[in-house]
This record gives sequence, C-alpha cells and structure tokens, in this order.
Amino acid sequence: MSYCISAKGLNYRDLNQKIKVVLAKNPNPAMLTIKDVCGQKYIGDGIQADIQIQIYGVPGNDLGAFMDGPHIEVFDNVQDGTGNTMNEGSIIIHGNAGDILGYSMRGGEIFVEKSVGYRSGIHMKSYGKKVPVMVIGGEAGNFLGEYMAGGMIILLGLHKKESRQAEMTLGCDGEIVGNYVGTGMHGGIIYIRGRVSDYKLGKEVKQMAVDAQDKKILRTYIQKYQKYFGKSQPLKTDGFTKLIPFSHRPYGKLYAY
Amino acid sequence: MALKPRQTDFEVVRDQDKCISCQVCLRQCSNDVHEYDSDQDIIYSDNSQCVGCHRCESLCPTGAMKIKQSESEFRQNFNWSPAHIKNIYKQADSGGVLLTGMGADRPYPIYWDHILFNAAQVTNPSIDPLREPMEIKTFIGNKSDVVGVDIDQGETFNMKLKQDISPQLVLSTPILFSAMSFGSISFNACASLARAARQFGTFYNTGEGGMHKDLEIYASNTIVQVASGRFGVDIDYLKRAAAIEIKIGQGAKPGIGGHLPAEKVTEEVSNARMIPQGTDAISPAPHHDIYSIEDLMQLIYALKEATDYQKPVGVKVSAVHNVAPIASGIVRAGADFVTIDGLRGGTGAAPQAIRDNIGIPIELALASVDTRLREEGIRHKASVIAAGSIRSSADIVKAIALGADAVYIGSAALLALGCNLCQKCYTGKCNWGIATQDPYLTKRLNPNIGTRRLENLLRGWSLEIKEMLGGAGINAIESLRGNREHLRGIGIGEKELAVLGIKHAGEAW
Repeated sequence: MSYCISAKGLNYRDLNQKIKVVLAKNPNPAMLTIKDVCGQKYIGDGIQADIQIQIYGVPGNDLGAFMDGPHIEVFDNVQDGTGNTMNEGSIIIHGNAGDILGYSMRGGEIFVEKSVGYRSGIHMKSYGKKVPVMVIGGEAGNFLGEYMAGGMIILLGLHKKESRQAEMTLGCDGEIVGNYVGTGMHGGIIYIRGRVSDYKLGKEVKQMAVDAQDKKILRTYIQKYQKYFGKSQPLKTDGFTKLIPFSHRPYGKLYAY
Repeated sequence: MALKPRQTDFEVVRDQDKCISCQVCLRQCSNDVHEYDSDQDIIYSDNSQCVGCHRCESLCPTGAMKIKQSESEFRQNFNWSPAHIKNIYKQADSGGVLLTGMGADRPYPIYWDHILFNAAQVTNPSIDPLREPMEIKTFIGNKSDVVGVDIDQGETFNMKLKQDISPQLVLSTPILFSAMSFGSISFNACASLARAARQFGTFYNTGEGGMHKDLEIYASNTIVQVASGRFGVDIDYLKRAAAIEIKIGQGAKPGIGGHLPAEKVTEEVSNARMIPQGTDAISPAPHHDIYSIEDLMQLIYALKEATDYQKPVGVKVSAVHNVAPIASGIVRAGADFVTIDGLRGGTGAAPQAIRDNIGIPIELALASVDTRLREEGIRHKASVIAAGSIRSSADIVKAIALGADAVYIGSAALLALGCNLCQKCYTGKCNWGIATQDPYLTKRLNPNIGTRRLENLLRGWSLEIKEMLGGAGINAIESLRGNREHLRGIGIGEKELAVLGIKHAGEAW
C-alpha cells in the first residue's frame, strides 16, 4: 500500500503528525511519498517501521533522528543533523548534506550523492551486529569522524569542485577532506580516496594503505552508491587510504592514580 | 629520584589484644592493606594503601580496628597544605591528571548553614502534620499560563479543564534520585534506587549509562538521560522512560566530558550503553549538535517529537557564573524542567582541579535562576530541580523556599547505601559494593536492604519536611515554593543576602 502526503504549507509538527497517523493506521505500508517538503524538521524522527519514505523538496534539520528502520530517499539536499542518533534503516540523499550528519549513529546506512558539511560522523559507534556506514560521494568538511567509536565512513571524492563552499573550507590542496579528521577517534574505520596531509589528521589516527579485504568492502559500497545514484560514476577501488585509531583507549594514560 | 611520600593519608590502628586474626579485614579490603602472617598468627597493615573507607573497621567482629586520619609529618605550613604537597609528588611521579570522586570537599561557604527557616507564632497558627493533612506532592513540568474550567451545568456538574495540561511527573515527595549511571555505580546500587523510587512514588535517573534490561520494569519511575555520547539512547529507551533529561553538564565537572575507562566497560555495561566491550566510553565535552540555545531547542523538540509530546523533557546544567541567563534560554527553548547542579555535586570520577574549583554553590545559583525566571515571567514554564549536595531535609526546605520545585539527591542516597565518602569511586574498588563492577564487591550491597534504607531516608526526610512546613503554618509545599520571606541569613554579607534574595536574621517582615 502506498501513501502520499503533501507538505505544502504544513508546520513540521503537523506534517510529522500526518506521517504518524498513516503509520498508526497501517504499521508497515510499503511506500510513503512526501511532496513539497520545504524545511520541515524531524521527518522520520523516532519511527520504527519497515517503510520506504520518498521525500521531494529539502527536508529540515534532524531528518531521521532516533530513527529505527525506515528507508528514506531524499531527491534533494538535506540540512543539518540528518540521522542524529539513528539506530537502524537507511537515508539516501540525492544532493548535499549539511553539518553533523549521522551524529552518534549506531546502525543503518547513509548515502550522500555529493558533499557534506562539518562534523560528519561524530561519535559514530557500533554495537553487536550493528555497524553504521556512511558513504559520501563528494567531499567532507572539518572534523570528519571526530570521537568515532565504531562503524565506517567512506569518502569518494567525486563531483570535485562542484561546490564553492567545499573549496572554501577544504583549502586549495586538492584534498577532499577538511582539518581534524578523526580527532579523538577510538574505533571504526574511515576510507578516503587519495591521501590526507598528516597535519589534517587527529593525533589519535594513523593512515594506512588499503588491503584486499578493504577493497572488497569498498567495492560493495561503491556498487551500492552506483545503484542509488546512477552508473555513470567510475568504479575504482584503488587509490584509497584508510584511517584507523592507534588505540581503543586514547585516554588510558591520562590520569594519576 | 623516588619521592614517594612517606606520609600516608590514614593510619590503621589495630588493638592486638582484641584482634582474633579472623582475617575479615583482609577479605573485605580491595586495596590490599592487610596481610596475614600465619607464622606469627598476626595481621599487618600497610597504611599507604588505605583509602579511609572504614569497611574493615565496620565489619571487625571484635571492634579491634580504627582507621584514623594520619597526622601529617610535614612541617606546618598554612600555604602549602599536606594535600598540595602530596599531589605534587604524585603528579611528578606520574605526569597524570589527578582524579577524585564524590563532591568538592574544600571549605567554601555552605550557604545552607547560613540560612535559617521560619516558624509561626501567635499571628498565624502552626499546624500539626500528624493530625492535619500536609501536602508535599510535587509536579514537575510546564505549567499552563492560565487554567480554565468548563462546568457542565446539567445534573452532574462535571468539570473539564479548558486547556491541555503538559505532561507532568508526579512525585509523592519533592525528592528525586540524581543521575548516576550503571557503570559508575553497580547494578545493585541502581536496582536499589529504582525500587526505592517505585515504592516511594518518586523517580531515579539512569545517568548517561543507558538502562539495564533488568531495570526496564521500573521504567515508569525512571528519568533517562541523553548525553553527548548518546550511550544506550535509542527510541525504545526514550519511549520507555517517564521523562527525558538532556545532560549538558554536571556540578562536579562543568564543561568537561567523561571517560569511562575500558576496564569498567564489562559485558553488562557494554550492553546497557550499546557500545563494544573493552573500549573507553568517551563522552565528548559538548554535544556536538548543540552549540547554541537554538540547537538545544532542536534537540528538545527532536526528543518531544520522538515521544509524541507525552513526557517532560528537561535539561541539566552545572551551576556556572552565567547560570541564570542560561536557564532562561533553556526554558525558552522549551524544556519542561531545568536541573541546576551546584559546585558540591558528586561524581564517580572527575579531575580534582575541576571538581574543587569550577562552578558556584547551588544556593546562589538556585536563587539567581529563580529570580531571573520570575523577572522574565517564565518561571511557570518549567520546573526547577536543585542538585549539588543536599544533605538533609532542612536543606530541602531551604532550597524550595529559595525557588526549587524539587531536589535531586545523589551523594545522600549513596551514603544511605553505605558510602563512607572516601572519594575513591574512580578506582572501581569500592569496598561497599557501590562504585564498582567487581562481582566480589558488588554482592556486598543487597538491593533489598538498599531499597529499604533509601525508602527509610525518603520517609524520614518527608516527615521532617512536613514538620517544618507545619511549624511555619504552611500546609502545602506549593505555598513554600519561592517563599523567601520565610528565610533569613545569618553571618553573611549584604551581597550574599542580595543574591539569595533574603533578609538578615533579626529583620522582621
């Protein structure tokens, strides 16, 4: 069963109420389409359902916060806080994402076709079988994967120079990520196409070449990326470096006992 | 160069005439102070390992032991205290940050002890709470601007409120148990708090450590925390809770985050926090999605949206210099309650320099927050919960008269469970089975007894609150709230009186 809601002129609270009414009547509808979205916050917030949600227009902050299951596809850019503390499900973004993408996410997948802002993947974590994955097609601003405790971030570096904003934040060194990458990182893994200047790395992470196992993982997610955003992108798994933390205990020797 | 201090903090005094070498002290001590010499049938003690928790002294069957504060051998110096000297030696050895536990123990003024409460004489009769009803039921949440009633003019005279009432926590007494995480304290300690809260009709707070699955049955008496590390936070955790508290800060360590060391992240702790076993659990200092009041509002409403506006969402901050305008911002951001945690608030682990030097006492913070919210006409929009060393029912009465709706107790609750304030919570070796995850130690705290002791404390304090209210001729705690005319300062200056908003003792109405 598929449903369609127009968000035109609706306050975020009214829109989210409408979504919840649909879900209350039919706990697992196959598809929900939301049209004319214009900055409404909290879409998908805390929803526990196996549902496809298609969003046309730009959703507001905290899209999919505390979300536990839905598969959201946005045919536009998204704003800040997307996937905040998300537990399960997926968010596919046909465009750019703002700041703090996937803050503290514990599970599920986020695919961004183009670039993301500052503080993406901060304190991503994994738990049990849950391993959150964030695939970014373009570039990422400062503080990517700060405090990262688990999960995976893949930065593809496609669409270079499409965004003037990215150029301004990333500098002119041709790299696809900003400063302070993985500062305080103590778990998880970050794959970045190309190398990252050492000065940009947090002191808790080391940069390494990818091995065959890494390439297998990369191939899986690049293929997924292509499936979501079209086949025109080149499929290459070489030229990546990976960042992993030196220790699961970055502050183990900080204290006098 | 080894500069290990010869001076120990404590001295284990054993009366050899009374000692029967039963080795209870040896088995009870997790710090390996005592050692049994079987050749001589005698127990030796290593003073340097003693933390002053008094466990051995309490359990010695013959009363042979006494733990005494060691008399310093340092040359007397009013500038360089023994604590300063020993800390420097310790840091010169290790190069580390000094850790400590519980609340600040420095001799800063304690304003509770400079405030006196009132009683009624002649002009207003006092009330006997044993004979007459005395209302101390407390509601935590946003109160409506106006309340109207529709009365059905038919035969039934049914009344209906015109406004929707915001979700409220209903407390049988104005006391809640502070946020203490499973991880910082043991499961048995958490269970004692949860069960006492359920049985007495109040609430305990999970802290930022998530909810243990065996405590989910107490969810309707549980306030859950959402902190920067988002440990244990998922939609089920939020929906289960009675209320949600966003933790911005804590009185013992304003402005800094937390590191639960990997050795304390046991399987059970990792399950409650939903993090891998054996890695440090790191709470970043700020929430990285909150850099402003507007961002805070966004998280408050993200939580309200997620829980269908069915439960109060509050914000906890530490009492810092600017706490009044911050609290105003929090209320304007839509919080249903604001928790203010003062300088002397406790902790499981904090850098000593921060615990003892950062923040302001709760008395001053509470008074200035209440004043500010009243001046701005938004006091009713959120409840104010005071925390940060509430030591007695008298402190509670004074806090409520200064403007609090209720108080959180943490250290007092742990004292009820047996804590001796040795301040070594961060070592994870708590001999009282409270601040530890070691199964050998945690089983010392029986949750049945713990629950009863906490209930006893709540009952005793509630009776005393009623007595004090009755003595002042007040029969409902609502009439005391912010009623600073019932308070007088003693031995403090003009400025403190002005901040507290009270007159000096001897000044009539």
